[in-house]
Amino acid sequence: MRIELEKRANPSRLFSILSPFLALGLTVVAGGIMFALLGKSPGAALHGFFIEPLLDVWSLHEIAIKAAPLILIGVGLSVCYRSNNWNIGAEGQFIAGAIAGSIVPVVLHDWHSPLVLPLMLISGMIGGALYAAVPAFLKAHMNTNEILTSLMLVYIAQLFLDWLVRGPWRSPDAYNFPVTRDFAPEAILPELVSSGRANLGFAFAIIAAVGLWFMMRYTLKGFEITVLGQSERAGRFAGFSSRRMIWFSMLLSGALAGLAGVSEVSGTIGKLQPIISPGYGFTAIIVAFLGRLNPLGIIAAGLFLALTYVGGEAVQLTLGVSDKVTRVFQGLLLFFVLSCDTLIQYRVRLAFSRLGRGNEGGAH
Amino acid sequence: MGMIEAILLTVITAATPLVLASIGELVTERTGVLNLGVEGMMVMGAAIAFAATQVSGSPYIGILAGIAGGALFSLLFGFLTLTLVANQVATGLALTILGLGVSGQIGEPYVGMSGAKLQPIEIPVLADIPFLGPLLFRQDIIFYLSIALVFGVNWFLFRSRAGLKIRAIGDNHASAHALGIHVIRTRYLAVMFGGACAGLAGAQLSLVYTPQWVENMSAGRGWIALALVVFASWRPWRVLLGGYLFGAVSISQLHAQAFGIGIPSQFLSALPYAATIVVLILISHNRRMTLINTPASLGKPFVPDR
Repeated sequence: MRIELEKRANPSRLFSILSPFLALGLTVVAGGIMFALLGKSPGAALHGFFIEPLLDVWSLHEIAIKAAPLILIGVGLSVCYRSNNWNIGAEGQFIAGAIAGSIVPVVLHDWHSPLVLPLMLISGMIGGALYAAVPAFLKAHMNTNEILTSLMLVYIAQLFLDWLVRGPWRSPDAYNFPVTRDFAPEAILPELVSSGRANLGFAFAIIAAVGLWFMMRYTLKGFEITVLGQSERAGRFAGFSSRRMIWFSMLLSGALAGLAGVSEVSGTIGKLQPIISPGYGFTAIIVAFLGRLNPLGIIAAGLFLALTYVGGEAVQLTLGVSDKVTRVFQGLLLFFVLSCDTLIQYRVRLAFSRLGRGNEGGAH
Repeated sequence: MGMIEAILLTVITAATPLVLASIGELVTERTGVLNLGVEGMMVMGAAIAFAATQVSGSPYIGILAGIAGGALFSLLFGFLTLTLVANQVATGLALTILGLGVSGQIGEPYVGMSGAKLQPIEIPVLADIPFLGPLLFRQDIIFYLSIALVFGVNWFLFRSRAGLKIRAIGDNHASAHALGIHVIRTRYLAVMFGGACAGLAGAQLSLVYTPQWVENMSAGRGWIALALVVFASWRPWRVLLGGYLFGAVSISQLHAQAFGIGIPSQFLSALPYAATIVVLILISHNRRMTLINTPASLGKPFVPDR
């Protein structure tokens, strides 16, 4: 038996909508098998993973908190990936944004003013964008592969943050714990509604997603991104510059990742510490693909992956499975998303023998 | 043993996993397939090798399990990118993300256990050469394998018929297909070879480099191996050179700390990553040379017409 692909004349509309759901279904089935192998009841585990977190207000807030960075980073990455710029260092830009955004509340901690928060958010975005400017510059002007440089910068950012909170920025009253001072109240991102912890970061995420959706759909810039991504040559004939697009997409995604970073430390953690992200920058890559690189789809995908974080923590407590389960889930999901996307461009058929291939017709 | 010998020994230990993972990825990329999942395959190899060693009591069974695990795991990448023509960059990332998760689960029962360190094998006569003997001929089997693989791959790619076919596929898969070469089958084999080498590199990490299981213990070495292939401009000998250069850089932080140089340890730890960026810039800023060296069909999907 072999699998044969036949290119569709046009991408399938049906499957471009169906494929993420197909992938979700397959992930849930695979997840059930995984739980069964671990000796847990698949029904209870899946219920705990995907349903229970939706049933109480506290977990809904947690989902919003975790979805915010995933959506913010994911929509930025979608612009990169659509234009064929493979920024996979969002985790580093997230950290750079968090560090830059923390300059005001840590260094100028005696300065109390309503300007503190806006300044933090702006410097966070600038920090993320500057950090993304490194691979952008290297790709645009030195012809260096952005995948590897942006990823190497993640490790460097993590080590730099570690040094900061253990060294110059360590709080004098934290008994040698590697944390900075607690941010002052005016440096804390306000909560969204009074019922729980979800903060303005979620609003930023929705605004960014809707804004980028509008840009991709209705503006020349959106068209430029799509054309340059699909064919650089065609883009050049249209007068678009791929070098400028490298800068645009990398700076935009860096700024959004930086905003996510500063929102996380300001809204959720309230200080800097050695680890500020459970891998949001990498999970956002899954979010971007699950949302089919469409900003509105990314909102849904971000909420879903936030659910896997919250659900993962829940089953960790109730069923005693390890926290690695969440990452296995997320990895499986990306695999299924990528496989199901094949159905959009190709007809897949199983050929049982070589003889059966004669009557297939020639639609290539 | 003198100080210089001791330092060189640590360089060899640090370089071996880089050389192994790079030489495997080099063959994969020579067939035009870009597998960014090296980090994932490596960490899977490390977890499986450690677990198999603990279960069986023999590090050699651990090594075999690591190799097999890496190769099997790479099949997942092969199926998606070669059979289902999924995007190679995205699928490679998926392989890394999944590998980090699954290896964490495999290794979880073994966290904190001390493993059986792979014993060196002395090569008679040669091991008695002063200075070089203890360095090169009193090593473990994985080191010998890494050197043999570089020799072997170099011969295979440039002196054998199959190697010529591989290079033909990497430079133009459509022409190779038209000549009757099995593009997809060859690529599957090359992807699995890359997976096996990355698995072996992982086994070296958990059985020789630090004989224990630590989550994410590959610590970016898979990505550095990818950069090394670019550095080596897809030539096996240069992988050896680059691997040892990077091994020296990554181990220098430990020695610098031992000497008490007053630089924060984090900055020294960042050195290999920064060095990778610098090297990539130096290698690739010459556009024409990059274009000549890179396999022309690298990363491009191929669907055989029929």
